[in-house]
Amino acid sequence: MSKSLRFLLPLALFVALVALLFFGLGTDPRKVPSPLVGKPVPQFTLPTLQDPKRTVSDADLRGQVSLVNVWFSTCVSCRAEHRQLMAIAKESGVQIVGLNWKDDKPDALQMLRQFGNPYHVVAFDEDGRVGIDWGVYGAPETFVIDRKGTIRYKQIGPIDQAVWQETLRPIVDQLKAES
Amino acid sequence: MRLKMLPAAFLAGALALPLAAGTAQAFTLEEFTFDDPAKQAEFRGLIDELRCLVCQNESLSASQAELAQDLRREVYEMMRAGKSKAEVVDFLVARYGDFVLYSPPIRPSTYVLWFGPLALGLLGAVVVLRTIRAKGKGQDADLTEAERKRLAGLLNQGGEPSRRPQGDRS
Amino acid sequence: MIPEIGHFALILALALALVQAIFPLAGSFTGSRAWMGMARPLAWGQFTFTLLALAALGQAFLTDDFSVAYVAHNSNSLLPDMYKVSAVWGAHEGSLLLWATLLAAWGAAVATFSRALPLAVIARVISVQGMVSIGFLLFMLLTSNPFDRIFPMPPEGRDLNPLLQDFGLAIHPPMLYMGYVGFSVAFAFAIAALIGGRLDAAWARWSRPWTTVAWIFLTIGIALGSWWAYYELGWGGWWFWDPVENASLMPWLVGTALIHSLAVTEKRGAFKSWTVLLAISAFSLSLLGTFLVRSGVLTSVHAFATDPTRGTFILIFLCVVIGGSLVLYAWRAPSVSTGGGFTLVSRESFLLANNLLLTLFAALVLFGTLAPLIYEAMAWGKISVGFPWFNMMFLAVMPFLALFMGIGHLARWKQDEPGRLARQLWIAFALSVAVTALAFLPGISAGHATVPLGIGLAAWLTFSHLTGLYERLRHKRGLRGALADLTGNSRSYYGMLLAHLGVAVLIVGITMVSHFGVEKDVRMSPGASQEVAGYRFQFEGAQAVNGPNYRAHRGRFLVFEGDRQIAVLEPEKRAYLTGGMPMTEAAILPGLTRDLYVSLGEAVDQQGDWALRLYYKPYVRWIWLGAIFMGLGGLLALSDRRYRTAKQRVQAGDTIGAAGTARI
Repeated sequence: MSKSLRFLLPLALFVALVALLFFGLGTDPRKVPSPLVGKPVPQFTLPTLQDPKRTVSDADLRGQVSLVNVWFSTCVSCRAEHRQLMAIAKESGVQIVGLNWKDDKPDALQMLRQFGNPYHVVAFDEDGRVGIDWGVYGAPETFVIDRKGTIRYKQIGPIDQAVWQETLRPIVDQLKAES
Repeated sequence: MRLKMLPAAFLAGALALPLAAGTAQAFTLEEFTFDDPAKQAEFRGLIDELRCLVCQNESLSASQAELAQDLRREVYEMMRAGKSKAEVVDFLVARYGDFVLYSPPIRPSTYVLWFGPLALGLLGAVVVLRTIRAKGKGQDADLTEAERKRLAGLLNQGGEPSRRPQGDRS
Repeated sequence: MIPEIGHFALILALALALVQAIFPLAGSFTGSRAWMGMARPLAWGQFTFTLLALAALGQAFLTDDFSVAYVAHNSNSLLPDMYKVSAVWGAHEGSLLLWATLLAAWGAAVATFSRALPLAVIARVISVQGMVSIGFLLFMLLTSNPFDRIFPMPPEGRDLNPLLQDFGLAIHPPMLYMGYVGFSVAFAFAIAALIGGRLDAAWARWSRPWTTVAWIFLTIGIALGSWWAYYELGWGGWWFWDPVENASLMPWLVGTALIHSLAVTEKRGAFKSWTVLLAISAFSLSLLGTFLVRSGVLTSVHAFATDPTRGTFILIFLCVVIGGSLVLYAWRAPSVSTGGGFTLVSRESFLLANNLLLTLFAALVLFGTLAPLIYEAMAWGKISVGFPWFNMMFLAVMPFLALFMGIGHLARWKQDEPGRLARQLWIAFALSVAVTALAFLPGISAGHATVPLGIGLAAWLTFSHLTGLYERLRHKRGLRGALADLTGNSRSYYGMLLAHLGVAVLIVGITMVSHFGVEKDVRMSPGASQEVAGYRFQFEGAQAVNGPNYRAHRGRFLVFEGDRQIAVLEPEKRAYLTGGMPMTEAAILPGLTRDLYVSLGEAVDQQGDWALRLYYKPYVRWIWLGAIFMGLGGLLALSDRRYRTAKQRVQAGDTIGAAGTARI
């Protein structure tokens, strides 16, 4: 390497480092993307929250576009996004299936009574096994499922107005347009 | 070859966790026992090398998060059922991605991570050797023929040598 | 009122820093002695005001002034006074103030202890330090003011994180910062030398003592952190390759390379541009560490603040300081003349090889730490890089490092004969091979190949250095001659010896505790016993106790070696009154060749059964003992007489010859 070029190398490496760190400032290192995106929903059968004799399974997620929302009653962010979920249920034609994750049944029912029920049906995952199959590591998380029952997107963290309008709604609309 | 260095067990994750009320849960590993000590060691080794997704800087063996306890139980039951280490790892990676492993798998996208250091080391060695070769020619060979003659002449005369570096004592 | 004074003091300090950054430097170009002469008083002034600000913050803590937001978030009236003081630097804003104060302190120290230096050099060095101070003071005043008030004033503070309520962790940040900030002096000297266009042995001689002091602090600071993690976190671990730990290791590695490189530049005038680059890099890595901890770019249990806007500010600051210095380097360094030549087998060669190994390892640590981010940026997927990878890198680099260390100290400068070295070292080598072979015995190595490797390397370092010592003392007259050597002008040699032996001690500690440590997870009832590595632990149950700001359960263990009771261990599980997760306080029986360690997990039922962990940790103290040896070695080298007679030397002229009487 020519002499003066050699002395520019540290600067060049530094510039690359800064670019990387600048990129890093815009990301959240805690978010773990899901390897299930693009794959069919995991098979499961769970009792519903309201009526233990009824069941909910992966078959219920085929035939229309759905959102699967993972929540539990003592989760602060879940409570925060609840209103947005109610709005989504009312305005768009999307079916929201709840996955009540490792919760206390009375507490969960109480929350729905208190804040309203945006869910078409709620699956009660008491021990969290189904959650593990879905790669859930915290709540709230929301999965967008297409008509064929393939997971197309995972939202980590609560859904607010901005997230719905800018991120999820376009995806839902596009999936609805698919045959 | 594996140096056991257990990460810290402490802070709660960023996403909301249930505030564990009341019931004392055993968040140590004494409930996950195998009769075969080799199997026990294998279990322990495996959970040491899996990352907790909640307290992301702790291993599955050290973390106090509830999800960690659930995953430890999954791993334990799978191993009890006779699944191999590779099968357990595949199970978790299928659900949580490569992030759950402390050691990224060796595949084309991670070649740079596993083989890059070797390449860098070799490059460094080459650089060192070339630098030393270049230095070996040094400045002492920089005297021209005429200067050498003059130096010899001065020394023979026993004249005062000009101040010279004395750096050679070891 | 006092917080306002503190705030105002910071503003004044910033004003002084601005003047300090501009005038002395400008004066060094125009030749204005008046302007250059301003450097020292400005440095002292800046130190006075930052210290005032720090004192004001300390006062706010000690008087429980919860109207100050920072105090309200990090203190509590029940907090013991000692921890109120350490809470000053327990979180983001306060730790920045500590950084700024120590930076100003080093500047004042340079201003005070550098009478022998030419005025132009001092002016430039202090100006550069002023520039760095501007960055920190501005950062504080604009984004992270420790004196911000909170309204309405809360009746009680949120309390200091219980993890930080500990002596070890109280002094760990100041030690570490003294190291990070100390490298700013070497940095400033390097920049001053680049600006002046004069990179010679004199510059190296001036920088060396300052750099060594900074390095000693950093060594001790890192060792303190490791020791603290070991006894406080309850898991017996001492190094986790956590991003922030790596952020402290990288400047240390480059700093170690730097002090050795400075030796060569001082002695032989060689490696000049490389040494300058190392000086820039060491401090740059310190600043990078500051960025990583506070920007939220990487997850870490240590992270102070995860605020991208603050991160942006620091990143811009990094661009200015590091980018600026590297531009200066690219511009000025090529015109620096190369120094003395040397051959393949010479002390320079071995020092260069190890310099590169240290730098390589630092680069690898940086790479591993940033790899998840790189992968995310390139959309190659989300991976994580943890201890298996880092340990592998360590094991790849360490043997070469130790090998060259063993030879380098004996090699002659400029040119040596392989035959001569071989003659001197073959006994040490043979002994090391013998020790390694012995360690391969199944009873000793327990099937791990890295045990003989570690033992062998430590043996090589020890034997080769003892050989060097023998060679040296052989030429002195008897014991008296040997002692005279020690107290005479060879302290730097003995410093080197001690520091290098410290490395051997460190290697032994790491090897032994990693492979022969035993850990038992058990559930015990009161009265039950467990056996670990030949020691018997008898559990006597746990009782509820109260502390100044916590409630705890304290377990009681009787420890037996054979039939003899050797200790009573009382680990605790604490719940702090201000909430948060419960904390374990492990009970440790320390020893030179082993630690016994007990940590409480959870109470399992109402009958007093507890889930807990018992550990046997052989030679774990050798890890920190090695670090202490290294620090002491540095201290010994510093006390070498030639630093005390520097004044006469400078007056004799700035040539390489003036440095020639040094023996190392």
